Amino acid sequence: MDRETLARLARLSQLELTPEEVGPALADLNRIVALIDEMRAIDTGDAAPLAHPLDTDQPLRDDIVTESVDRETYQEIAPATRDGFYLVPKVVE
Amino acid sequence: MNAHESIAELRRGLLDKRYSAVELTEHCLAEIDTSASLNCFITVARDEAVAAAKAADAAIARGEAGPLTGVPLAHKDVFCTEGVRTTCGSRMLANFIAPYDATVVSKLAAAGAVCLGKTNMDEFAMGSSNETSWFGPARNPWDPERAPGGSSGGSAAAVSAGLVPCATGTDTGGSIRQPAAFCGVTGLKPTYGRVSRYGMVAFASSLDQGGAFARDADDVATLLKIMEGHDPRDSTSTDTGPTAFRGPEPMTIGLPAEYWDNLDAAMGARLEAATRELEAAGHALTTLSLPHTRAAVSAYYVIASAEASANLSRYDGVRFGYRAEASEDIDELYRRSRAEGFGAEVKRRILTGTYALSIGYYDAYYLQAQRVRRLIRQDFLDAFNRVDVIAAPVTPSVAFELGAVTDPVDMYRQDAFTIPASLSGLPAMSMPCGMLDRLPVGLQLIAPHFEEGRILNLAAQYQRRTDWHRRHPDISIDAGSRAEREGADAV
Repeated sequence: MDRETLARLARLSQLELTPEEVGPALADLNRIVALIDEMRAIDTGDAAPLAHPLDTDQPLRDDIVTESVDRETYQEIAPATRDGFYLVPKVVE
Repeated sequence: MNAHESIAELRRGLLDKRYSAVELTEHCLAEIDTSASLNCFITVARDEAVAAAKAADAAIARGEAGPLTGVPLAHKDVFCTEGVRTTCGSRMLANFIAPYDATVVSKLAAAGAVCLGKTNMDEFAMGSSNETSWFGPARNPWDPERAPGGSSGGSAAAVSAGLVPCATGTDTGGSIRQPAAFCGVTGLKPTYGRVSRYGMVAFASSLDQGGAFARDADDVATLLKIMEGHDPRDSTSTDTGPTAFRGPEPMTIGLPAEYWDNLDAAMGARLEAATRELEAAGHALTTLSLPHTRAAVSAYYVIASAEASANLSRYDGVRFGYRAEASEDIDELYRRSRAEGFGAEVKRRILTGTYALSIGYYDAYYLQAQRVRRLIRQDFLDAFNRVDVIAAPVTPSVAFELGAVTDPVDMYRQDAFTIPASLSGLPAMSMPCGMLDRLPVGLQLIAPHFEEGRILNLAAQYQRRTDWHRRHPDISIDAGSRAEREGADAV
């Protein structure tokens, strides 16, 4: 992994790395990539990918209303709100 | 009265009115204060605990005690608690107060348990030493210079130190079993889906599973009975009926060569003594092979990191959690809030997961890891055609010193013995089975899906024949005087 790849991954992950963080992060990630490369050598034959450890279907519940949105309660924990809206920096001019 | 007693003993004391729930709670709160240097708790919920204890005493007086009425416990700070902050060991959630209780929290409260607070953990449960916690690491009560393990280190240390008789934890790749082994307590990761994940802050959703720490297997069984069951709010929780706390008699116990070969000699000797004790109890031992074990850590760090990168995208500095000040535009707000709110390990996992999921790498990493995951699970399914349970080490060594493991990949390899059962969704536990250099050693027992009753039963049999689970550290002496005393012993 090079600096360019790391910069792209940081952008995709909405993370910001300071110039001092880039070097150590790159060294660590290259060791992690070496680790995750180990399993690429395994011959998996025709084994299908396993996404869920129990390999079962998810049960569906009845389509009835069970929860209601309590905006005031949920917005109490937001960093900035006004009149029921979440405040963010200006998005459109 | 003390929190080194089992749940069953404390319950008897409460029902016989030898002490009240308020007295027991205040005793535990005082122990937590005295042991503050162990840093087991991120938040102590003093007022809430005393109020719950008063309600427990009233219930006992009315003759309406539930299975845990008046029994103190602690929740890992990954479980949401209405009105008490849930930090997940992160600056990102340092001021987060959930507007609801996790299902595990509400079930244990309904059973009468008195929650004393929220325990320390690696940030977002990512770590094996507690050192990634934004609040500093919890310390191992057997030796405060050593790690309690992670990620549920605060819970394991709190039970070990006798601050609480039991605590909740979560296990994604070993986060209950490894700290249980390091701290000398009994800890169970149930089958994936046995316990609801509702209100449990998500790390890797196909692996995360809630479980419990306690003094012994009987207490863990008591907790599991309350915590388990399908939850309509978690569609991955299963409806398989309650755990049957029994197994075949006698059992055939498989010893996988990939775990037992090349173990440190002293460690191996302690563990073998434990398996021989099980043999003496009438069970049969047999060796077997789980051939894909070596690929497990590698596959796990693809899958867990990929799921983490998706789950942690919710932290945006807008709806809840940490927000960076004075950002110019919305993207800068996201980037800076996440950069300042997450620690280095969490960032590494997000970047690793994003890498494994990105265009050009998805097939080679993510899909390949899922294929390897199937092979690892199939190894276990094949083995369970021959044996009833599997016995293995939990960790390659006893608790290491804080600061001793600095390379992230070296830290990841600490979980080599716990990750395969996690990838397979299998129930697995750690029970104390000896001491090495004055530090506890744990034996891992792994069962087929939904057969946690087998390993709890086997552990209970072992614990009736041994007393390792009853040993606890003397936390009244600090590290300095401990060394002095040990020096005196040597003379």
